[in-house]
Amino acid sequence: MNLPTLLLVLPAVGFLIALLLPRSSPHASRTWALVISLATFAVSLALPAMFDRNTAGEQLALNVPWITTPDIHYYVAVDGIGLWLVLLSTFLTPICVLISWRSIQNRAKEFYAFLLLLEVGLIGVFIAQDLFLFYVFWEISLVPMYFLVGIWGHERRIYAAVKFFLFTMAGSVLMLAAIIYLYNRAGTFSYPALVEMLQSGRLAFAPNEQLLLFLAFFLAFAIKVPLFPLHTWLPDAHVEAPTAGSVMLASVMLKMGTYGILHFCLPLFPSASRTCAPWIVVLALIGIIYGALVSLVQPNMKKLAAYSSVSHLGFVVLGIFSFTQLGFDGAVYQMLNHGISTGALFALVGLLYERRHSLEIADYGGVATAAPWLSTAFLITTLASIGLPALNNFVGEFLVLQGAALANFKWAIYAAIGVILSACYMLWLYQRVFYGEVNEEIRSHLPDLNLREWALVVPLIAMMVWMGVYSQSFLPAVGKTTARVLSQTQVNVPFQVQARPQTEVARAR
Amino acid sequence: MPVSNFVNWADMIRFLPEIILTIMGTALMVLDPVLHRRSSNAFGHLSILSLAAAMAASVFAYSDPGTAFGGMLVVDGFATFFRVLVIGVGILTVLPSYRFLHRQGAETSEFHALLLYSIAGQCLMASANELIMIFLGLEISSIASYILAGYLRDDKRANESALKYFLLGSFATGFFLYGVAFIYGSTGTVNLSAVHAALTGPNPPSLVLIGVAAALMFVGLGFKVSASPFQIWAPDVYQGAPTPVTAFLSAGPKAAAFAVFFRIFMTAFAPIANGWEPLVWISALLSMTIGNFAALTQANVKRLLAYSSIAHAGYVMVALTARSDVGTAAAMFYLAAYAFMNIGAFAVVSHLSGKGERYQNVDDFGGLGQKQPLTAAMLSIFLLSLIGVPLTGGFFGKFYIFKAALESHLVWLTVLGLLNSAVAAYYYLRLLVVMYMREPSEATTNAEPLSLGLSAALILPALGTLVLGIFPSWVLDFAGKSSSLIK
Repeated sequence: MNLPTLLLVLPAVGFLIALLLPRSSPHASRTWALVISLATFAVSLALPAMFDRNTAGEQLALNVPWITTPDIHYYVAVDGIGLWLVLLSTFLTPICVLISWRSIQNRAKEFYAFLLLLEVGLIGVFIAQDLFLFYVFWEISLVPMYFLVGIWGHERRIYAAVKFFLFTMAGSVLMLAAIIYLYNRAGTFSYPALVEMLQSGRLAFAPNEQLLLFLAFFLAFAIKVPLFPLHTWLPDAHVEAPTAGSVMLASVMLKMGTYGILHFCLPLFPSASRTCAPWIVVLALIGIIYGALVSLVQPNMKKLAAYSSVSHLGFVVLGIFSFTQLGFDGAVYQMLNHGISTGALFALVGLLYERRHSLEIADYGGVATAAPWLSTAFLITTLASIGLPALNNFVGEFLVLQGAALANFKWAIYAAIGVILSACYMLWLYQRVFYGEVNEEIRSHLPDLNLREWALVVPLIAMMVWMGVYSQSFLPAVGKTTARVLSQTQVNVPFQVQARPQTEVARAR
Repeated sequence: MPVSNFVNWADMIRFLPEIILTIMGTALMVLDPVLHRRSSNAFGHLSILSLAAAMAASVFAYSDPGTAFGGMLVVDGFATFFRVLVIGVGILTVLPSYRFLHRQGAETSEFHALLLYSIAGQCLMASANELIMIFLGLEISSIASYILAGYLRDDKRANESALKYFLLGSFATGFFLYGVAFIYGSTGTVNLSAVHAALTGPNPPSLVLIGVAAALMFVGLGFKVSASPFQIWAPDVYQGAPTPVTAFLSAGPKAAAFAVFFRIFMTAFAPIANGWEPLVWISALLSMTIGNFAALTQANVKRLLAYSSIAHAGYVMVALTARSDVGTAAAMFYLAAYAFMNIGAFAVVSHLSGKGERYQNVDDFGGLGQKQPLTAAMLSIFLLSLIGVPLTGGFFGKFYIFKAALESHLVWLTVLGLLNSAVAAYYYLRLLVVMYMREPSEATTNAEPLSLGLSAALILPALGTLVLGIFPSWVLDFAGKSSSLIK
């Protein structure tokens, strides 16, 4: 069986069986979700083994017709970017099951069913090569997340869930219009075929046409990233979501946006992307600094982590729109890093919440005395998040900054401010929560990690170290694919050079 | 003299569904005193049997397509599609009505007889190829539905609903008939193909007269499909009518009226399409926008679904604006998907409404997810389909409609329509929120368990919605084959 398909089928079957499990036994649902998500992860480990790192194209493809009119295919394959994002999803799902083990008691059956459905949607997004299929998975992943936030979230969960749904929906309907438009023009939904047609010049868009199509796609992705100023749904959703929801949202769902930009927007609309790049970079830089500044003053741990995501994702967007090989590699690597380290951050905050039922920083202090191992794990995560060398974020941020500096040195300077600020807010957070006066309640009621929590923390920290020390395990496959994306974005550039004098003439007027 | 001189059997077979429905409707009324004493369920069983027979007859009639009665009727793929659709709607209306009628203490044969008559009228509308036949079908269908709307005669709201529906409806039918008269006066024929021929022929009639006729018919049919600006009646009537009847009104007569709409405008009036296209464009946009924005603030679920049905009529009008075979096929697909999801949603409302239809508010759905997970899951499928989430029929319906619109270069209508569907997500989500994220309400706590008929009435449309969402080709290929109407 085709491996990417198997990765969809396993959680999908898991989801259907989870629906049939008895409501009265939450333990059966938990165990089932853990088994199936671990099985999916185990199978997904074969993905890098079977993936040929020396070719840039889509691999392990399966392309069968699904619907005849219009010509829609079930076309899945992985490239060097999707490969790691699929692994990220399969890696984090069992961890999310473990996180929720005790904290989700109410309606556990539905919770784990939705978690598995979410995994289907996320994996589908990263392997779909047919634009229509991509849209299907894109929307499907929305539904379980909506329920996860809305049913199992905190006080303002309903507001957050509805806002999340509507923001994403509003962005994606325009993408649907653009997808249909592309089909009407090109007669195919197949993404590789479309790119091939664009490269060979058999399909060409007028400048305005291309710009509008680019914006329709980009808006959908930018909302998901989220790019400043479209980020307002994110703090709400992150704060209100249950821990597992926050982890999946921050670690994987945000990557749907950046993956979409890199995988679809750039190769399909190269000259429009380059035309818009300066504007988008400005928004990304604002996001980096603004996100960091807002994090600095947050009294709520989850909100702090949420705004730090806005800042971190700004780096990814900056890397992409630097249009350099280093920037692309850094952006992809940073997507994975953010997935691991912010995922870990939300997980650890979740563990604190389970113990003390508060997310307010002011309610903590001196936790290091009561729970030294938990504090150590949090410290490593903090250090990873601020980009300490030998931990994962350093590699990604370094590459992005280098790429940005190659494109425009000033960009790198502004982005570097964000790095400094991230050290401020994270270390300050650490200081306030884990050091300082320890009150009696914390000393006696805040146990250290138990076996289950060790099981979920250790893999995350191991990944931080591995990705920080030996990035060569990951980067070559990424580099091949990003190099191809870069070459694809150069195809229409002569057209842009012709267009530029006209815009300058217009400006002169 | 042999009978075959009077009766052309091929014609009779093509007319068989209507014959079956009319005879069985009458038989139900006659048998009322006999059956009533034995079992009140007998009426329901009998009417499901008649509908199944009529559906089989529709399919059988399609084995030998062609015209009947000298071109007055036509049995083609388009007609068969809509016949099967409205009969299917009928079956899905009867299934939840067992429990409903029992609860309201109104188990008589008239309900089923009227339903069969109404469906007979709609079948006639679907297969009519002549304006007079269309008018007859429209009247048969409408008059039966007026009475159905006021079926609970002790209920004030139902009475108001029926009266409103009757007054406005007969006014609209008047408009339609006036248009027919104009056509007959200027072309000398009421046959759709002949009108088309007259318009494209060497001596075309006065365009002013034809334009007026088209506008009048647009008013009449626009009313029947509740397209803006003729949609004002829909919320009041839908709210007041007994819920199974509301479900029926929102799917059956609407689908049949759209069949007529497409048949007339895509055949007879095809030559003057440039004239009517802007009108339909505006009507489509207004319907979508008014429907969706008005639904945002509704507290009553039936009213909310009424506004949503106005918006959905707007989507189908987009398909008409595309005025292409692809658009017609998209509309056919959409109406099928819409029938499933809407009837399913109304079946849940009817299930929860309780005696005297007390519980109709959005808040009454609170905690349905905990109290009756299956019902809630089914309603979620219908709502997600109404929103247009992939792998449901509603999504593919919208997708095909907007694809057709873009092919006809209606970029703005597409963009505005799609943005509209994002607005619509909000009010459907409200129901999902209440169902899953709020505490159980009085209505859900006291809700009876699902009966057999109701389970069928929920599971069948849910399956239909999913099948249309996962294997749309099965229906779409047929729609695509039958969408090029004889001109």
